[in-house]
Amino acid sequence: MSMMLHRFANPTRFLRIATVVQPWMAGLTIVVGGAGLYLGLFNSPADYQQGESVRMMYVHVPASWMALFVYTGMAVSAAIGLIWKHPLADLMAKSSAPIGACFTFLALFTGALWGKPMWGAWWVWDARLTSMLVLFFLYLGYMALINAFDDPSRGVRASSILLLVGVVNVPIIKFSVEWWNTLHQPASVMKLGGPSIDAAMLWPLLLMAIAYTTYYIWVLLIRVRGEIIANRVRVLRLKQVHS
Amino acid sequence: MESIIEYFAMGGYAGYVWPAYGVTAVILVIMLVASRRMLRANQAIYETLAGSEKDGTVEKKT
Repeated sequence: MSMMLHRFANPTRFLRIATVVQPWMAGLTIVVGGAGLYLGLFNSPADYQQGESVRMMYVHVPASWMALFVYTGMAVSAAIGLIWKHPLADLMAKSSAPIGACFTFLALFTGALWGKPMWGAWWVWDARLTSMLVLFFLYLGYMALINAFDDPSRGVRASSILLLVGVVNVPIIKFSVEWWNTLHQPASVMKLGGPSIDAAMLWPLLLMAIAYTTYYIWVLLIRVRGEIIANRVRVLRLKQVHS
Repeated sequence: MESIIEYFAMGGYAGYVWPAYGVTAVILVIMLVASRRMLRANQAIYETLAGSEKDGTVEKKT
């Protein structure tokens, strides 16, 4: 396991693989996202209760899934970074944060737009919405903390610990709709016994979720490449100062 | 024409559905463009710095 990590964690090798994978992720995002949008906007039925407003699901639900998925991935990266001192793992977490924050913001924003016509309120302080807002602040706090120290390694350490503590919020978000009374509807895709949503709505939703995932990988690769090169710049500058 | 107007009305939910899609598109595009700029800027600095070194281990621009 740790051998394998080292093979892929070599920054030079990573740069080489990233430049090959990146255009594929871009292409997949456009093709799969286009198909998902077509099905979602033109070729899926209106909901029998929610009418056409249900189409907001195709941008709201994938954003919420990604908000949780990216955070969990960052926490795993942070743990690997803390335990094995792996610089690339730290860069993965650091580069994921702004993308995850965007997904969380979009989940909250599209959720408000969906909540107004369906619940009669842009916002309610229930468990699901509040824990999602906490997730947004965890992202922001992580980004502030990692850049708050003159010594970058101290910033990475402090912010990684914040990430790991914040992981408790992930199951709270996931199960908030079961543990507490809420206006928010419960899970209808990722649940025991399989999805309870019609195939005509499930397909566009899954396609959009795949497109959001490939978008995330696409942007993540760009950002990690940028961070690796920024590190090399730092090393070169130190060298020039000392020579 | 009638049916296009009807489509964009989204059964009366146009004011909610289209902003949801619009803001999503805007945020995701801004994130992508900003990330590309960050990469390009770092590549440019690196090439200038590495170019000033004699051995010139310049990273190929991609």
